[in-house]
Amino acid sequence: MENLISLFVNSVFVGNILLAYFLGMCSYLSVSNNLRTSLGLGLAVTFVMTITTPVNWLLYHYLLAPGALAWAGLPQIDLSFLKLVLFIATVAGIVQVVEMVIDRYSQGLYNALGVFLPLITVNCAILGAALFMVERRYTFVETVVYGFGSGVGWLMAIVAMATIMQKLRYADIPTGLQGFGIRMIVTGLMAMAFMLFSGITL
Amino acid sequence: MGMLSKSFTYKAISEALWQSNPISKQILGICSALAVTVQLRTALVMGIALTLVVAFSNLIISLLRNHIPRNIRIIVEVAVIATLVILADEFLRAFMYDISKQLSVFVGLIITNCIVMGRAETFAMSNSPGRSFADGLANGIGYGAILCGVAFFRELLGSGKLFGYPVIPESFYQAGYHNMGLLLLAPGAFIMIGLFVWLEHALLKDK
Repeated sequence: MENLISLFVNSVFVGNILLAYFLGMCSYLSVSNNLRTSLGLGLAVTFVMTITTPVNWLLYHYLLAPGALAWAGLPQIDLSFLKLVLFIATVAGIVQVVEMVIDRYSQGLYNALGVFLPLITVNCAILGAALFMVERRYTFVETVVYGFGSGVGWLMAIVAMATIMQKLRYADIPTGLQGFGIRMIVTGLMAMAFMLFSGITL
Repeated sequence: MGMLSKSFTYKAISEALWQSNPISKQILGICSALAVTVQLRTALVMGIALTLVVAFSNLIISLLRNHIPRNIRIIVEVAVIATLVILADEFLRAFMYDISKQLSVFVGLIITNCIVMGRAETFAMSNSPGRSFADGLANGIGYGAILCGVAFFRELLGSGKLFGYPVIPESFYQAGYHNMGLLLLAPGAFIMIGLFVWLEHALLKDK
């Protein structure tokens, strides 16, 4: 249990998927102007990541990993090179299903998240989380915690950025630095703050 | 030069390299750009891998463009790109194992790199194979150039090395010079890109 908590804290802060591994930058940079949309997109990412990362774990460990097809009587087959294709297809498929389910059962949530769901398919944070889960050999429970924690970390980063950008409207920024430049520098400073959590062990 | 500079291919290339560089102007592909720039070597390999993937995905998609049904084009594009990325990943694993370990998941993430998808969608779908290939090469090189630029400063100032070889003389360290460890961490990459963009804005404005 303790190691799960520390995995969670680590994936939210020190190993923040956006600020330490640079994943999901594209949508982060284009959406973080507005607090409401940032919150919506952040929630959608957390939601999809919590679902897709464990599903990808199951697919990887029962279909692709070396020896995974033993249950089908084919123990020598190693299909792990197909993981990129399978993961991206899974993400795209699940996003589609999630969109339809939300549309059917919760109109309010659909109105809040609907626009962002298609965007998420190409969010590299989600594919990245699946690939990291394989590379770091997480167990199933760890994968669930890691997927959720990474989503929460991404949500926190984008919401913090949107808030800072709102304050920065009143700042006098040098012309060449306006727009993209200042965003990167603010992100850098934010990344420093997130890294300070690295001293904490549970 | 007169004929050359008017040709379409030349214009496409110069645009991708300078006026609308994919990273610093269009803000595409930042995801992987930052992670691999701790060392010049990994940045260079990543730049080459991405250049080849964009160039060939552009070429293949351009060859197929008249046969791809409009409404499933995204899936076809992803399939082509994913195949090329798997090839690149397996090649690196076979011949450059240590670099492939350092690049870790970021080679695989070329699939979701917006540059590749963006070029396929906006350029290759409506241009001839030759032009598309040149456009892919140019965009890849434009991306690689920024990557190597950032990596150059991060490795030089962060660990005092270039391509893994120490370049800052020992006497500097004895005189009290220190490597700036911050640049090796994630925040260093963000700040470095920010400064790069600033520099480029300033240079372009002068013209």
